[in-house]
Amino acid sequence: MKVKVLCRNPDDYVRETSKDIQRVPRNYDPTLHPFEVPREYTRALNATKLDRIFAKPFVASLDGHRDGINCIAKHTKSLATVLSGACDGQVKIWNLSKRECLRTIQAHEGFVRGMCSRFCGTSFFTVGDDKTIKQWNMEAPGYGVREEPLTTILGKAVYTGIDHHQTEGTFATCGQTVDIWDEQRSSPIRSFSWGVDSFSCVRYNPVETELLASCASDRSIILYDMRESAPLKKVVMQLRSNTLCWNPMEAYNFTCANEDYNLYTYDMRRLDTPVTVHMDHVSAVLDVDYSPTGREFVSASFDKTVRIFPKNSGHSREVYHTKRMQHVICVRWSMDNKYILSGSDEMNIRIWKANASEKLGVLTSREKATIHYNQKLKEKFQHHPQVKRIARHRHLPRDIYKQKREQREMKEARRRKEQNVRKHSKPGSVPLVTEKEKHVVTVVE
Amino acid sequence: MAAPVEEALASTHVEKKKKPPKRYWQEEKNEDDANPDKDKNSEAQKEFSDKKHKERQKKRKSGDGKFISGKTDPFPGEAPVPSEQLKKFQRGKKFQKSKTDKWKAKAIITRSEAESNLVQKEAARYDLLLPEDAGFLEGDEDEDTCTVSQEDIAEAVDITSGAKYFNLHLTQFGPYRLDYSRNGRHLLLGGRRGHVSCIDWQTKNLMCEMNVMETVQDIKWLHTEAMFAVAQKKWLYIYDSKGIELHCIKKFNDVLRMQFLPYHFLLATASATGFLQYLDVSVGKEVAAIGTKSGRLDVMAQNPYNAIIHLGHPNGTVSLWSPNQREPLVKMLCHRGAVRSLAVDKTGTYMVTSGLDRRLAVYDIRAFKPLHKYFLPAGASCLSLSQRGLLSAATGDVVQVYRDVWGGGPISKPYMAHRVRGSVWGVGFCPFEDVLGIGHGEGFTSMIVPGAGEPNFDALEVNPFRSLKQRQEWEVKALLEKVQPDLIGLDPGLLVKVDKASFEQKHKERVEALGYDPLENDKFKPRFKKRGRSAAGAVEKRKKKVAHEDQRDVIRKTVEERMEKEKEKKEIAKQKAEQGRKTALDRFKK
Repeated sequence: MKVKVLCRNPDDYVRETSKDIQRVPRNYDPTLHPFEVPREYTRALNATKLDRIFAKPFVASLDGHRDGINCIAKHTKSLATVLSGACDGQVKIWNLSKRECLRTIQAHEGFVRGMCSRFCGTSFFTVGDDKTIKQWNMEAPGYGVREEPLTTILGKAVYTGIDHHQTEGTFATCGQTVDIWDEQRSSPIRSFSWGVDSFSCVRYNPVETELLASCASDRSIILYDMRESAPLKKVVMQLRSNTLCWNPMEAYNFTCANEDYNLYTYDMRRLDTPVTVHMDHVSAVLDVDYSPTGREFVSASFDKTVRIFPKNSGHSREVYHTKRMQHVICVRWSMDNKYILSGSDEMNIRIWKANASEKLGVLTSREKATIHYNQKLKEKFQHHPQVKRIARHRHLPRDIYKQKREQREMKEARRRKEQNVRKHSKPGSVPLVTEKEKHVVTVVE
Repeated sequence: MAAPVEEALASTHVEKKKKPPKRYWQEEKNEDDANPDKDKNSEAQKEFSDKKHKERQKKRKSGDGKFISGKTDPFPGEAPVPSEQLKKFQRGKKFQKSKTDKWKAKAIITRSEAESNLVQKEAARYDLLLPEDAGFLEGDEDEDTCTVSQEDIAEAVDITSGAKYFNLHLTQFGPYRLDYSRNGRHLLLGGRRGHVSCIDWQTKNLMCEMNVMETVQDIKWLHTEAMFAVAQKKWLYIYDSKGIELHCIKKFNDVLRMQFLPYHFLLATASATGFLQYLDVSVGKEVAAIGTKSGRLDVMAQNPYNAIIHLGHPNGTVSLWSPNQREPLVKMLCHRGAVRSLAVDKTGTYMVTSGLDRRLAVYDIRAFKPLHKYFLPAGASCLSLSQRGLLSAATGDVVQVYRDVWGGGPISKPYMAHRVRGSVWGVGFCPFEDVLGIGHGEGFTSMIVPGAGEPNFDALEVNPFRSLKQRQEWEVKALLEKVQPDLIGLDPGLLVKVDKASFEQKHKERVEALGYDPLENDKFKPRFKKRGRSAAGAVEKRKKKVAHEDQRDVIRKTVEERMEKEKEKKEIAKQKAEQGRKTALDRFKK
């Protein structure tokens, strides 16, 4: 007779001393883990609920400006430094980690229209309503020395925006024309205009560094190549675009913030239809900025909210608002992909978390593992109605909620009417126009 | 477990010019060669590994398997995992990619498939590291294992294991029902005449003992060893491990049998009045009360795979219940007479029933088909299945244990047998131990059954060695992921299946609202070509090329299938023709 009976030595399964960690032998046999799916589903549901419970996106507010914030610029080298320009011509430099103002400069008379820091991070440029372009040192002057710009260029017309080249000493401004400047010269090396009398925004492409795009007041978006003398092409839309932002990871994609409450992502190579129409705002969209990963962007709107959109989704994944925040004029995504800065009419800069329920600070490895596991679970069960309902729910201010409903009804009515017209007219005479095609008027090359 | 190692070994020693240094396992291999029985096997393996080796060499040529020193890796590539082991960790079926899928969906499917393959492989590989092996009992030549007595086994094994065979002489309040806690450490005994006791049976430490002064019909541990439920004469009571009465639940009356669903925190009870009731023990609420309209319910089992309750009835039927449905999910006729006992295996594939017609039947409850039927001279009053698939059946005062009940052919004799003093009232295998507990008229017997328990437990699921802190932590976690009772159904994996029906419904509504189908494929528009190729006729021709693309695929497939079938038929006919006609003398050939 040969016999063997299961006999476990407790020494192999129990920790040796109470200071030791517990022993946890594993066996991944699926029959020992019944109800895998329902349990995972429950976990996913819990994770989604916890996500909503811990969603506290507001981090801090920076106050000190004496007028509405008109523009914000990121420092190219330092994560903690941010520049802001107000409607009274004041520029402030902030330290985000200390949440305090480092410097205040009376840069312009009237609005500070645009601002950008040089690629090396040693100086920054401002343009204002006083028709000047000023370059400032990033370092504060010594004690008792007056704040003086490094250079001042006096132009003929008001400049409304400025952007600096990624690697070279050139920058672009827009106003009545789009001008390319050399830092060493006091007159533009090139001026572009295409039958337009004013521009609102100009941006360099961060990857294809010689490319530029600008939003014009004649409802068009114009693309330029800095090396050529004439603009490349333009797309005319139904309403004016306020600002645009290039995707930092996909060189040919950019998103523009439009007056018609929508944002449009275009592929530079095919301007006849936008790649995606991003809808959700209930008033004109004023500013847009991409996250450094290029997967999401943030938009600021006149409807007093900030929204975050995944780059290929038609609707926002997140909306931020507070009772006190008025019309949001400008918004920026921090370069560590963690925070969002929004500047609004009521003189405050607000710092938000990019991921509302994210835990700040150092995470232990177990915390990290849990977060990753929960993330995967949420992703796996995201389409289940219970999970979806909880994940999607956001509280909105009453008037925005009402406006949204109103607009939905209007849209529905328009659709119904079009459908009725189509039903009662000759087949093919009323063509189907998709939402993407609706907003583009023409493309001019 | 040794298979992968052997394989890798064989593969490396086949085509090598220079012999690698002799390793400790090489002698073993020579032994294999000496054994003619295994020779054939190893030959096949060699062939197999030969093929693999060549494949790997090819791979190596394309990559760089050579070291800087010029030596080559004796074990190139990753270690192979036997397909059977892989199969154990296979979850669901492989996804069928169709031609019409969008490229994005295709990419997602490919990625997730690769991920799950990796997980499967890693998990299968981890099997090698499991510390314990299952027990076994082998008789000498012409010695039946069922004749081996418990005393002999207890003497042959080590002291700790030998101590697992013991008798408790409790003649006063019997017969006894029993229940082991989920981790197998604690034993609960309930005598019919009111004696209830719980014991840490491995240390023989008595946790509590009392007499409830009433008939005890059934007892059950709840989710931890801190609480248990007792079905008494009239009502259901909950006690804690010190024997203090926590609740008397008057809503649950005349309970005869109980089952606890650990992942749902549900206590299912079957009563003499024909009610099947579910109690949520985490919040203390009745989840469902179902009138089964089939009389006294004293045969009950749970399916550990999908938490369905099986009830056996006096008319020979077995019905399957979930708390979400007032009617039985399934009703199957299993026996000519009444059903006496039921057991369901842990994978939820097989159900074993015994009836008054003295038959023991094994059913496949995924297909609802009988697999085997056995005739037991006395019939089995109590059935229980162990984690590794051993079946214990009690007939009168004899408990028999069967092996491979559903695996191979029909079984002829039991694996083990043991006679107790009184008639058996309840049997139960202890989880993660080679022990069968028997409650009978004269007390309780703990019997050693080698090979019954799962040797390797998962400590995050159930841990027999857990400390108090670990138990508390586990309890919180388990309560957080309590599965809602609405998720109980025949297929527990239903939640991850694609819900095509509601998608179709939604799509239909969308098409109605929009006035067109947004998912419709664009009609083929032939491009306008220059130099005279755009004549109307040519355009028509090009259109025809892509017309009915989807239908063509189907047709092509069916044609191929038909061709293959015909080919096979032809080959078979050819073979038959080659074999020649049968002659009258063929029947004398051997």
